[in-house]
Amino acid sequence: MADRKQFATFWVDGHFFGVEVEKVQEVIRYQEMTRVPLAPQVVSGLINLRGRIVTALDLRRRLELRDREEQKLPMNVVVRHEDGAVSLLVDEIGDVLEVEESTFEPPPEALSSKARQLIRGVYKLKDHLLIVLDTEKAVKFDAVNSDLA
Amino acid sequence: MVWCATGFKKCPIAPITCAGAFSPIAKCFHLAIGEATTIGHRRNETMDEIVKEFLVESNENLEQLDRDLVHLESDPTNREKLASVFRTIHTVKGTAGCLGFSRLANVTHAGESLLSRLRDGTLLLNQEITSGLLAMLDVVREMLSNIEAKEQEGEGDYTELIGLLTRLQAGETAPAASANASDAKYAPETTPATAPPVAAPPPLGDLMVQIGAIVREQLATALRQQQDGDSRRIGEILVDQGAPPNAVVDALETQRDLRESAVAASTIRVDVGQLDKLMNLVGELVLVRNQILQFSAAQQDPGFQQTTQRLNLVTTELQEGVMKTRMQPIDTIWSKFPRVVRDLAMSCGKQVRLEMEGKETELDKTLIEAIKDPLTHLIRNSVDHGIESPDKRAAAGKPADGRLLLRAYHEGGQVNIEVSDDGAGVAIDRVKRKAVEHGLTSPQKAAQMSEREALDLLFLPGFSTAQKITNVSGRGVGLDVVKTNIEKIGGSVDIQSVAGKGTTIKVKIPLTLAIIPALMVATGGDRYAIPQVSLLELVRLEGEQAVKGVEMIHGAPVYRLRGRLLPLVYLKRELNVVGHVGKATRQRASVALDFSLARKKHLEWKKRLQEVLDGKLSMTEQQAGSHKECALGKWLYGQGLKEFGALSVMQEIEKAHQGFHVHVRGLLRSKASGDLRQAEEELSRVDVLSKEVVSILERVEDEVVSKYLVNIVVLQADDRQFGLVVDEINDTEEIVVKPLGKQLKGLTTFAGATIMGDGRVALILDILGLAQKARVVAEARDHGRAEKATPVCEQGEQHHTLLLLRGPNGSRMAVPLGLVSRLEEFPRSAIEHSGGQQVVQYRDEIMPLVSVAEVLAERRAITRELADSGELIPQNEKVQVVVHSDQGRNVGLVVDRILDIVDADLGKQRRATRAGTLGSVVVQGHVTELLDVDTIIRAAEPVFADQAKLEGVRA
Repeated sequence: MADRKQFATFWVDGHFFGVEVEKVQEVIRYQEMTRVPLAPQVVSGLINLRGRIVTALDLRRRLELRDREEQKLPMNVVVRHEDGAVSLLVDEIGDVLEVEESTFEPPPEALSSKARQLIRGVYKLKDHLLIVLDTEKAVKFDAVNSDLA
Repeated sequence: MVWCATGFKKCPIAPITCAGAFSPIAKCFHLAIGEATTIGHRRNETMDEIVKEFLVESNENLEQLDRDLVHLESDPTNREKLASVFRTIHTVKGTAGCLGFSRLANVTHAGESLLSRLRDGTLLLNQEITSGLLAMLDVVREMLSNIEAKEQEGEGDYTELIGLLTRLQAGETAPAASANASDAKYAPETTPATAPPVAAPPPLGDLMVQIGAIVREQLATALRQQQDGDSRRIGEILVDQGAPPNAVVDALETQRDLRESAVAASTIRVDVGQLDKLMNLVGELVLVRNQILQFSAAQQDPGFQQTTQRLNLVTTELQEGVMKTRMQPIDTIWSKFPRVVRDLAMSCGKQVRLEMEGKETELDKTLIEAIKDPLTHLIRNSVDHGIESPDKRAAAGKPADGRLLLRAYHEGGQVNIEVSDDGAGVAIDRVKRKAVEHGLTSPQKAAQMSEREALDLLFLPGFSTAQKITNVSGRGVGLDVVKTNIEKIGGSVDIQSVAGKGTTIKVKIPLTLAIIPALMVATGGDRYAIPQVSLLELVRLEGEQAVKGVEMIHGAPVYRLRGRLLPLVYLKRELNVVGHVGKATRQRASVALDFSLARKKHLEWKKRLQEVLDGKLSMTEQQAGSHKECALGKWLYGQGLKEFGALSVMQEIEKAHQGFHVHVRGLLRSKASGDLRQAEEELSRVDVLSKEVVSILERVEDEVVSKYLVNIVVLQADDRQFGLVVDEINDTEEIVVKPLGKQLKGLTTFAGATIMGDGRVALILDILGLAQKARVVAEARDHGRAEKATPVCEQGEQHHTLLLLRGPNGSRMAVPLGLVSRLEEFPRSAIEHSGGQQVVQYRDEIMPLVSVAEVLAERRAITRELADSGELIPQNEKVQVVVHSDQGRNVGLVVDRILDIVDADLGKQRRATRAGTLGSVVVQGHVTELLDVDTIIRAAEPVFADQAKLEGVRA
């Protein structure tokens, strides 16, 4: 197992998150979205990514954090997934960081139980915590019976 | 190493004469012709390719053999088919031998010998022999699949089968000699019509030398004899000279094989994945073309526009062409069924006659794969459960042979497949009982159920009324899986049954998946696509018509469409969206309030009041005004409450709005009197109320506007019609259907999404899902024909649907709606002159325009004048045209004005008074002339002929 990993990082409601670099297809600025009526609130809409239709999920809602302010436009972190790409809406994009495995720890108690399910753990960096998001779990939810709506 | 009779080295484990050396599959041997050394039978790369081709061709052949044998069973003396079956087995045997598959070769050898006797006529095909041969085919298939998987034919012991085949041979024996002599005359002189210029197969004599039946000297002698005047065929001469007759036959057949394989070269095998890739690319191209069309519409450059049109044409043709490559006739699945039905009937002890209609009906390849299993299951059901045993049938007065009919046909953009039998039908009572037993429904519900609902029970998972579970059906996993699989591809299944008479199962599936024409609509500020296949017609109601047209029956909104009640579904409500109605729509609905401005203004209040509190702005109560003085107030107490006061949402807005202004004034008072704490409280109330006002205003806008402007899209879902009310109706476009992500698949109201020409995403509505959600279609697919209100027809009336027009001089005219293809409107500028005729560019062709006024005799004098001045077309900016299609060609009838579509009673018609009309009738209280469309068009015919010439040149 390699002792250094690379993460694509971003901010969501003041929290600093990271996703393994290999999982990220691309990072792009705010794209106009088409809303999907009757879909759970987590689904912000659909975006046109070079001819492909990609579902955009609002991470704030997925993690049950406060909603973004109206004027602030989110950025898109497009992650690869077996059934196609999915875009995660985040507040701001950070750099690609390399972290030491030794600084890894299981998820903190402070987060809600639902949120903790989506988090694999944290890396203790110098100034703050890097929270590792489990993208597989983040994009999976049942649109019809979702209790997140 | 032993040399085989072909002259090439033979593998020591295949001690059979390599008679297949000239089969195109065993190409390797040709490479060594003339060389002393040989490639041998070693397994190398070339060999693997050869094996692969052998497998593919043999599998294809086996399918054909299945069909042939079943056919032969009822037509046992068909020599052609017997010979064909023989040849195929012969080839398989030969190649198997060459490739070292000795077991396969042995089995097919036994079959070949049996077939040889059948072909010769020394043995007559019967059921036992057929079964034996079919068993051999199954064994061959088994070995082929072993070869495919493990490169070996497997360890199976087939001595029993071989024994059976050998025993079957020992039927009658007739003198072989005479039979063979007549065979020798059989020379396939007819060359296939489409023989491509491939190397001709070697002449008979050479072939016989090569297979070792004769030696060169014999051939030379025979040829000399021929030259000397012997008029017999070479084969005959050789037999006379002592060549074995069988060898002649073999050689003749080999010759024919070679010829046939040359013909097959005109088709080509393509990997399906490759075709899928092409389809995707074409889909992308369609999207790009749509975008370019959008840009082009904004451009003035004629060169660019021309090129764009060309791109448009080419893309459309390419799309059609690629889709065609994936279309296969349903026969590719159906061809297996004769065998399946035969075996099944035999094992069930029943007699079944299979009939197939429409086997050339084409489907996309992926769909064919998807319905293969469901159809097989349905057929098994029919034979196992539906059709009774011969005894029972005789007792019921039916012929002993049960009839199983497969029908396939295109209808309304879908492929319909019917599986019907004339069996016992479905026993409704037993079905109900079983359902209650399995806990699928309660006894009370079962008692109340209609026959239709009871039949639907069969589709529930876990259902089975089979008395015993056979390995065919009865495990209770059948019909529900069929239904699920069919619905997965967007289709539907339906059962109809008459006790004692039979059962019919209807399957409907959409024709193409990827690119469909759709009508674009807008609701709540968003665009949605409605697949045209569900679209019946469009209705627009404005003003009074809108208010009166929407009636409430049992609390549900309906619209009376030509006498029929059409349930209405409001898309906004179903999708639960509120959105901003466009300015144009509002104007058409003649509502005097600018809602978005009103919303903005009320949100601004908070900011301004904050500034007042901070001292940056000063305002008195007077300046703020009362709640009746702002724009919203003026409207409310003017048009608003007067016209819409009855709507509950209006009461809400009045209250909220009043409260809002009360607190505004309260704030200003407090500020003036210095009570800052109170002022802050008022401000927070103002904040809350302003948001409330804005949100209620959205709903007000919706309901108010929608009261005065109703756009109805009449749709069909599953045999039921309903009207979908939307904010706006836009154009029809061709869209590429893209699936929704897994997270959204559960939303039944959407069938997918597409990318519009401007790059934005639009959702595609799933009409059936929408209808089910809105409950205009019962979940259990209740046809409920009785509920449709039928127009009351008195005796002697003949009702026809007519298109009403305003003719010259304000007179009324009508055209039967059946003759109308489309109604169009063109700007005057779009009308061009060509060949002395007025034409317009319409849907990629040049459509001639005929002025109705011109053709009607009365106005001839006037029309000549107008014609001279070139002003035959009415003066309006937009010209209304009724498009009539005749054998694929469009003609446009220019009329003054299109009025309406009505149902009229043509029973009381008056005779025609002038040419170009069929008579007159009273419609809606006005005397209306019925136009004779045919005559009118023919009057323009001379121009038509020119037109045809023009287009011939262009093509």
